[in-house]
Amino acid sequence: MNDIDAQLGRIRGDVPPLAHNARSIAALTSNPGCARRAIMDAAGIDKPRLASYIGFPAPFGQSQFAITRGNAFEAQVKANGCAELLRLLREQLGLPIPEVSYDDLEEVGGQRSQLVRHTRTRSLLTRAVRAGGDAGTLFDHPLLRLEVGGRPVYLEPDLIAFQLGGRFHVVEIKSFAVIDGQADGDKVAAAAIQSAVYVLAMRDLLAELGTGPEAVADEVVLVCPENFSNRPVATLLDVRKQLTVLRRQLSRLARIDSLVGLQPPGLTFDLELDQAGAPHRAAAELADDVHAVPARYAPECLASCEMCFFCRDEASGLTAALGRAVADDLGAVHSVQMALGLADGTITPADDQAEAAALLREAARLRRECLGATA
Amino acid sequence: MTTLTSLARAQAVATGMAQPVCTRRHVHLSDRPLVLVPLALAGEANAPLAALVGDDPQAGRLLVVSQPRNRDRRFAFAADLARIVVSYVEGYYSSVQTVPGGRGQEDRIRFADAPQLLVPNPACIGFVRMLGRSTRFRRPSGEYAVDPAVPVLGRWLSYFAERAEHPGSCLLLAATDAVALHWASGQSSVEDLNLATLMGWIDPPAGMTGAAAAAAGEDPVTWPPAGPATDPTFDNEVLAQLIAACDRPDDDARARQRAEAALQAALMTQVAPTWRLIWRAIGLLRGLPEASRVAARWDADKDSFTSYADWLRDDGPPQARRDAAVAAARRLSWLERSQASYAAQRALDDPLVMAEYRLAGEAFAGTVTAAEPGRLDSSGRRRKLRPLITVVTEDSLRMDAGATLVSPSRPSQQARVVSMAVVPPPPGPAAAAGQGSAGLVSAPPLRRTEVVLELSGGMGRALWAEPGSVPEPGERLCYTTLTDSYQPASSFPDREHTPWTHGGPPPEYVPADEDASEAWS
Repeated sequence: MNDIDAQLGRIRGDVPPLAHNARSIAALTSNPGCARRAIMDAAGIDKPRLASYIGFPAPFGQSQFAITRGNAFEAQVKANGCAELLRLLREQLGLPIPEVSYDDLEEVGGQRSQLVRHTRTRSLLTRAVRAGGDAGTLFDHPLLRLEVGGRPVYLEPDLIAFQLGGRFHVVEIKSFAVIDGQADGDKVAAAAIQSAVYVLAMRDLLAELGTGPEAVADEVVLVCPENFSNRPVATLLDVRKQLTVLRRQLSRLARIDSLVGLQPPGLTFDLELDQAGAPHRAAAELADDVHAVPARYAPECLASCEMCFFCRDEASGLTAALGRAVADDLGAVHSVQMALGLADGTITPADDQAEAAALLREAARLRRECLGATA
Repeated sequence: MTTLTSLARAQAVATGMAQPVCTRRHVHLSDRPLVLVPLALAGEANAPLAALVGDDPQAGRLLVVSQPRNRDRRFAFAADLARIVVSYVEGYYSSVQTVPGGRGQEDRIRFADAPQLLVPNPACIGFVRMLGRSTRFRRPSGEYAVDPAVPVLGRWLSYFAERAEHPGSCLLLAATDAVALHWASGQSSVEDLNLATLMGWIDPPAGMTGAAAAAAGEDPVTWPPAGPATDPTFDNEVLAQLIAACDRPDDDARARQRAEAALQAALMTQVAPTWRLIWRAIGLLRGLPEASRVAARWDADKDSFTSYADWLRDDGPPQARRDAAVAAARRLSWLERSQASYAAQRALDDPLVMAEYRLAGEAFAGTVTAAEPGRLDSSGRRRKLRPLITVVTEDSLRMDAGATLVSPSRPSQQARVVSMAVVPPPPGPAAAAGQGSAGLVSAPPLRRTEVVLELSGGMGRALWAEPGSVPEPGERLCYTTLTDSYQPASSFPDREHTPWTHGGPPPEYVPADEDASEAWS
C-alpha cells in the first residue's frame, strides 16, 4: 500500500490531495472505464485547477441563486431541532417517533477539527447502537469516513442520520422540487447515489463497532420542496442498486496499483506553485502528461467531469466523440477518417472491421444515390 | 441511429459542415409561428425570469419578472404572457373548414388552421409544461384571485406540452429537435441540444466552417444558453446585482425605474441571440420542400386543437395532476403506435430516410426487368388478377418469401414476395459503373438480387390491369415492408373497471380550492 501511495503522491506532486465529498465519490461511478479519471481521483488531483491551467476550464458554474435557495431550504427543514423534519417523518412516512433527542455534530466543544468530530460521531453512534431501544435520535452533521483508493476520506457532512428502533436512516435534503409526486430523474439519480455514499460510510463505521450492515436502512429519506412551494415533502428512496455500483467502483479504486503500474514512470500532474504564485511546470508539459494516460471520452462526460473539454479536444476526429450511438454503430472503426476511407473503399478493412466496412460502403452508396454527386 | 446517419456525422466532421439526413421537410411550419424563448431563475422550481415572445421576428416582446421570488410579480408575468399567447391561439378561432365525412359519417367542422409554438430546445418544452402546471388550476375569483387569462394560459400551455409528446405533432416544437431531424452535425446528439452550436454546423457565418462556428457557439458570452437555464456566470456577475437594485424599497421611483430598465436590457442580451437563432432555423427549414404526409399530420393537429378549444368553451375542467392508470396505459399504447407510424411515414415520403431501411434490409430499390401484367391466379374459385413483376436490386435484403411489401410511389398496391435469387453481375465495364467515382481500390462488385413480386390491388376492378397500374420494365421502384396503415388499438378496460393491481377505479378528478390557491413561491 505504501508503495502505491508513494506513486500516487508523486503523480499528485507536492500539493495536498483534494478532499473528496459525497458528490465527488458519487461521480466516480460515471464512466468507470476511464483510466485518466480513475488515476486523477485516486491521487486526489485538483481537476478543475488542472483543467483550467492546461487551457480547458471546466464548464460547471453554480449560480448563487441555486446555492441560496438550497441553503435556505435546508435551514428551514432543520430549524428548531429539525421540527419540520420530524413532522414529515411522522406524518408522511408514518414512523412512530416518540420524543427524540437531537445532536448537532458540526462542532465539538468549539472544535471543528475533522478528527475530533469523527471521534465524537463514533462515540455517539456507538452509544446509540448499544442503547438500542425505542429512543429516536437525530444526528446532524455527523462526520463520516470512507476508504477511497486505500485512503480514508472524511465526508462533507450535509446529512442527518436518524435512528429509530436500533436502525439508522440517512436523510438527504435537496432543493429540487417534487411536482405531483414526480421529480427530475437525473437529479433524483444523483441524490440517490450521494445518499448511497453516506449509507456505505455509516455501515463501515458500524462494522468497525461490530454491528452488521442491517443497522443502516437500504432506504434513504429524501426531503424536497413540494410542487412550487417551500413546503418540504419526504420520500423513501431505495438505494440498494447504487450501493452495489458504488462498492464495485470503490473496490476498483482500491486496485488502482495495477492501473498506475501501466503508466510512464515519471508521470506527474504536479500543480505546485512557484514563488510567483504560478504552477512551476509549463502548461504544455503538463498537458503532455495528461495525454499520456488514456481516457475514455464520451459526450456524457460533458455533464460530469471537469476534464471533459480537454478530453473532447483530444478525441476530436474519433468516432467516440460523436456519441455512444455512433461509436457502437461503427464498431471497430475508431476514427472518422477510417470510417470515410472504408466507406469510399480507399482503405482495406481489418478483419474485425469487415462487417462495419460493408455497411459503411453500402451506406455511402445509398447516400450518393439519394443526394447525387454532392455527398 | 443507423450507419447511414453515423456516416453522415463522420462526413460532417471531415467536411466541417453538417450533412443532410432528409431531402424533405417532415415538420409543418406555420406562416406565423409564435416563438417563445423563456428563462427561469436558477435553483427554483420553475420561477419565470424573462421571456421573449412574438410572431414577428422584428418585434419580439420582452417580459421580465424584476423580482422572480415575488408571487405577485410572477402572476403579473403570467398575465402578460397569457394576453400574448391566448390572443394568438384564439386568433385561430376565426376561420373553420368542413371535413367531408366518409363511410356514412357526417361532415364535421374544424378550425382551418392551428397555432404553432416554437421554443429553443426540449428543456424549454419542460418549462412550458411546468408553467402550464403552475397556472392552470388558478381561479379568477376567491382568495388568491388571478387575472382571468392566467388559468386559460395554463390550460393551453399544458395542452401544448402534452401534445408535444405525440410523434409527428407540430403544435409545439423545439427548434433543436426540428433541425436535428433534418441534418447530421459533426458533434454528438448530446451537443446537438445546444441550438447555437447546432446552427453553427448547419449555417455558419460567411468565411467560417461549421466546426469553427460550433466552437464559437459554446462561448456563453456571445451565445448565452438558450434557456430556460441561465449562464451561472451571468447570474453571479450581472443578474444578482440588478435584481437586488430592483428590490430596494421604492422611495425613489426614478432610481427604481432605472434599475428595472437596466435589468431588462441585461436580460435582453441573454434571450435576443437565441431569438435570432430560432428564426434562422425556421428559415432554413422553410427552404426544404415539404414532405407529402406533413399536411395529413397537421390536419390531425388541427382536429386535436379544435377539440381542446371545444372542451375549454364547454367549461371542461383543467388537466388532472396525474393520469389515471387506464388513461395512462391507453395513452402510452397510442404514443407507441404513432411513433412507428410516424417513422414509416417519413420513410415513405423521403428516399434518404427510406435509405436507412434499405440499409437494414427492410426495403429495397431496383429496376423492373420483366412484367406479366395480365397474369391471372386461377387457383381459387374465382379467377383473380395477380400480375408478376421481376425487380433487380443491388440492396441487400433481409425479408422472407411471402412478405407483403408496398411501394411509396404506389401506396394502394400490395406486392407479395414470391421468390428471391442472387444473380450474377452484368458483364463488362457496366459492373463498375454503378459504384460511383472511378479509380477506387478493393470495392467488390455489388451483389444483385432478383425479386419476383405478385401484385394485388390498385389496378381497377376488371380482370385486366388499367394502363400504368402495373410497373413496366425499365421503371425504377422502391419496395418496403413498412406501412403507415391504421393499426388497431389494444383493448383496455373502462375507467370503472381499472384492475386492483392498478389501484382500482380512480376517483373522479374534481378541481379543488386548494389547487387554485397552491403556493407558487
